[in-house]
Amino acid sequence: MSQFVASLFKKYKACGDKGFTMMENPGYISGSFDRLHHPSDDDDDDMVDIAGATLDFSSSDDVPPLSSGNRGMTTSRAAGMNGNGPSKLVDPLEDPVPGLGTYEDFNTIDWVREKSKDRDRHREITKKSRQSTVALLHSVSDAFSGWLLMLLVGLMSGALAGGIDIAAHWLTDMKDGVCLIGFWFNHEHCCWTSNETTFQERDRCPQWQSWGELITGTSEGAFAYVVNYLMYILWALLFSFLAVILVRAFAPYACGSGIPEIKTILSGFIIRGYLGKWTLIIKTITLVLAVSSGLSLGKEGPLVHVACCCANILCHLFTKYRKNEAKRREVLSAAAAVGVSVAFGAPIGGVLFSLEEVSYYFPLKTLWRSFFAALVAAFTLRSINPFGNSRLVLFYVEFHAPWHLVELAPFILLGIFGGLWGALFIRANIAWCKIRKSTRLGHYPVIEVLVVAALTALVAYPNSYTRMSGAELISELFNDCSLLDSSQLCGYKQPANTSETGVGNSLADRPAGEGLYTALWQLALALVFKMMITVITFGMKVPSGLFIPSMAVGAIAGRLLGVGMEQLAYYNHDSFIFKGWCSPGADCITPGLYAMVGAAACLGGVTRMTVSLVVIMFELTGGLEYIVPLMAATMTSKWVADAFGREGIYEAHIRLNGYPFLEPKEEFDHSSLAVDVMRPRRSDPALAVLTQDGMTVGEVEALVESTHYSGFPVVVSPESQRLVGFVLRRDLLISIDNARKRQEGVVSASTVVFTEHALAQAADAPPPLRLRGIMDLSPFTVTDHTPMDITVDIFRKLGLRQCLVTHNGRLLGIITKKDILKHMAQIANRDPDSILFN
Amino acid sequence: MLAGLASVREKIIIKLTKLVNLTISVLAKRNSEDIRCKCICPPYKDVEGQIYKQNVSLKDCNCLHVVEPMPVEGKDVEAYCLRCECKYEERSSGTIKVTIIMYLSILGMLLLYMVYLTLLEPMLKRRLFGHSQLIQSDDDVGDQQPFANAHNVLSRSHSRPNMLNKVEHAQQRWRRQVQEQRKSVFDRHVVLS
Repeated sequence: MSQFVASLFKKYKACGDKGFTMMENPGYISGSFDRLHHPSDDDDDDMVDIAGATLDFSSSDDVPPLSSGNRGMTTSRAAGMNGNGPSKLVDPLEDPVPGLGTYEDFNTIDWVREKSKDRDRHREITKKSRQSTVALLHSVSDAFSGWLLMLLVGLMSGALAGGIDIAAHWLTDMKDGVCLIGFWFNHEHCCWTSNETTFQERDRCPQWQSWGELITGTSEGAFAYVVNYLMYILWALLFSFLAVILVRAFAPYACGSGIPEIKTILSGFIIRGYLGKWTLIIKTITLVLAVSSGLSLGKEGPLVHVACCCANILCHLFTKYRKNEAKRREVLSAAAAVGVSVAFGAPIGGVLFSLEEVSYYFPLKTLWRSFFAALVAAFTLRSINPFGNSRLVLFYVEFHAPWHLVELAPFILLGIFGGLWGALFIRANIAWCKIRKSTRLGHYPVIEVLVVAALTALVAYPNSYTRMSGAELISELFNDCSLLDSSQLCGYKQPANTSETGVGNSLADRPAGEGLYTALWQLALALVFKMMITVITFGMKVPSGLFIPSMAVGAIAGRLLGVGMEQLAYYNHDSFIFKGWCSPGADCITPGLYAMVGAAACLGGVTRMTVSLVVIMFELTGGLEYIVPLMAATMTSKWVADAFGREGIYEAHIRLNGYPFLEPKEEFDHSSLAVDVMRPRRSDPALAVLTQDGMTVGEVEALVESTHYSGFPVVVSPESQRLVGFVLRRDLLISIDNARKRQEGVVSASTVVFTEHALAQAADAPPPLRLRGIMDLSPFTVTDHTPMDITVDIFRKLGLRQCLVTHNGRLLGIITKKDILKHMAQIANRDPDSILFN
Repeated sequence: MLAGLASVREKIIIKLTKLVNLTISVLAKRNSEDIRCKCICPPYKDVEGQIYKQNVSLKDCNCLHVVEPMPVEGKDVEAYCLRCECKYEERSSGTIKVTIIMYLSILGMLLLYMVYLTLLEPMLKRRLFGHSQLIQSDDDVGDQQPFANAHNVLSRSHSRPNMLNKVEHAQQRWRRQVQEQRKSVFDRHVVLS
């Protein structure tokens, strides 16, 4: 080893000397060294990818700014790794071989390797901390960095969420009109201090001018209506166009809800740039545009993505997280919790959401950190106070009307509806996305968004319940009718003696009046419209969340059922169902509660969440007494939806895209054995292996280049096939190329040695290349008769990437995560080639 | 000379004080506008429902202080007030203003940059290097997408100051990444569909 370092140092000095003699070419020194010292300054998220960053440079046409005379020395030899050559100069005093232990784009990480890497690092720090005070401080700051990171993530996500809330609210109202006292006020804030608002029309004040009023001068009449209608469509088109064009131009990864991808990333997949700076900026900006364009989508899912981007970017600041993919995923798990926490103002619900829905590996430590981060985020959002009413969400409700046991029946009915709708929605949406993926429709993403936005605006405007934004609609539906309300939904007939009865503001059951009937059929139309438009909206190339549309559908259905129940009770006080608990004059049925239960049921049907959903809903309402109805509805909806297909919308999208996601919830109950799944199959050529000594660099390179495998087992000899270890392709290539650059005498004829001690060689032979350091000496092995269910369990629980199969101690084959996924797809009668990535 | 400097400094100080005073006054003004007590009073007997808003502090936020003029007489006041719901609300119009203006400026900058990248830059380059080289560079990249016209022509023919070069390289690499992303999302539909 010391010999190796010494030779490196010699080489480095030699390079330095050469560099010195070439000082007349200033581009050389700074052009290459500076870049190497800041290799990932502008990188999106591949901060670990030092070699990758420099690889990009040499691989492509943009040669560094050198005059052609120096090129012979700097151009790299083409290597086999995606045609990329490695970096030409590396500072050997820091990290001997940069890029070792990193991953390529669209690959899966090895959790075991990452975790052991972190443990080694930790051990190193602990060992050093006993030696000096500085090292002790370092170890303390290292231990503390996790919490500090959480604090920063919470602050940043909370602030961003507040900004998104304010901007989205304002831009949504922009479709209707403009505030004359300050264009930055939305409708509500425009009339904040105005005393001209009336009880009937609470949001009308002279400061707020609709476009029709501004243009025609009058707020009444057909002309003003037409102008308003046109302006609404125009703004909707403009916003959606801007959203889709920005996504297309700057960050294509910013489209969609992001939760399926985050789920996959948390399970160990790598999508470079998916959580980067540009994705964050574009997603934040376009999310506001997309939400305000009136499309049937919400901001809750994308907020999870935004929070994860924040976390990933902030991970740059801490070496502990920058260099370790597994540690980074712990932070991302917590960030997912933060996202939901700010989206619904539900910190505990967020933590549970992360645990139940998105996370793959969720140790207790992450639970506490998520909790802390969610708390900080909620607090930040609260101090921004985006809605001006000290609430974190628009549709916060607070009522404490009691419910009766009999009402469980309609709640379960709502659960059945939610489950049916969830199953139907998943089927329809996946079918539509398949069409988008495979037919010509997918070639016109911009036009698609524009058409859907135009259609939405055109149909939505005439109906006041679809015209308002999803969150406002939900808020109105959740709201219970009291004397204070004057909306159409509360258009009951006033009993003659209302002013004399009681003191409080809650009302006894009343017969429905004209206004309520109008509201009911409008709501029914809105329900049909929302159900259909959401199917084609989700999955378009704009940031689009699913929570709000699903909740809106459920809330409408729930409200309709609630009003129905109320009227039923009013007209049948004496029937056996209502006798005893719903006497005349009592306020026994709360339609707002039904809306809430319906919303939970539909969201549960679509996403298949249970615990976290109930907690989120309960945090939204602040009423503990509704837990049982919510539980009943979500559980029913999950059962019903699971009867039609076991996967939720996110899993369905993961499957549609063919991401390598090993579903932890799914059970594997097929009786196959490891030998049935492993590669090579019987008809395939033999497994490509390296021997621990005796192969030359040229042979290794030939083997690597002739195959496309991501890793190679190392055996004692080809005859015995006894296993020594496992080497990853990327590590192998980087080390060989690096050695060729910097180690003297490494040529194609030098031998590659994986043993601890090199064999004695002929004196004139080139020095051997020692690669023991990059070999995984403890690869996981199973025997060929291991049942697959156990193997799958090993993969899931340990987060393995590959596992070697032996027979009588001899290496027989290899099973990768992809093989398992393909096998599972085959068992489920799906196309095994749908699994695309490694 | 020195005196001139001193006078300039004095002017600056005066200006700064003015600015600070202005900010303070703006803040103070904002504070008074940003609180309200909103009382919603439902219809009562023959009195219509009404909404009252007053700029009062939290402890004064009740029906008796806010509802002015009281629409009912004497003994009815208590009954009327019991039905009213008064809520104290606070907002920060400064935050709203800053957020909206920041949002709009970021959006505007992004749009300008997009326009620059798609329309202006190819045109500039055409003017700078003529037609033949442009075609060559397009061939190199082999893509007709906007942004595809990579900068290699520029970097090859000129050795520029280092800072510029670095920025250019970073930009170029970013563009290649975006292009790659766009290909996989929009053209090949392998991710995020």
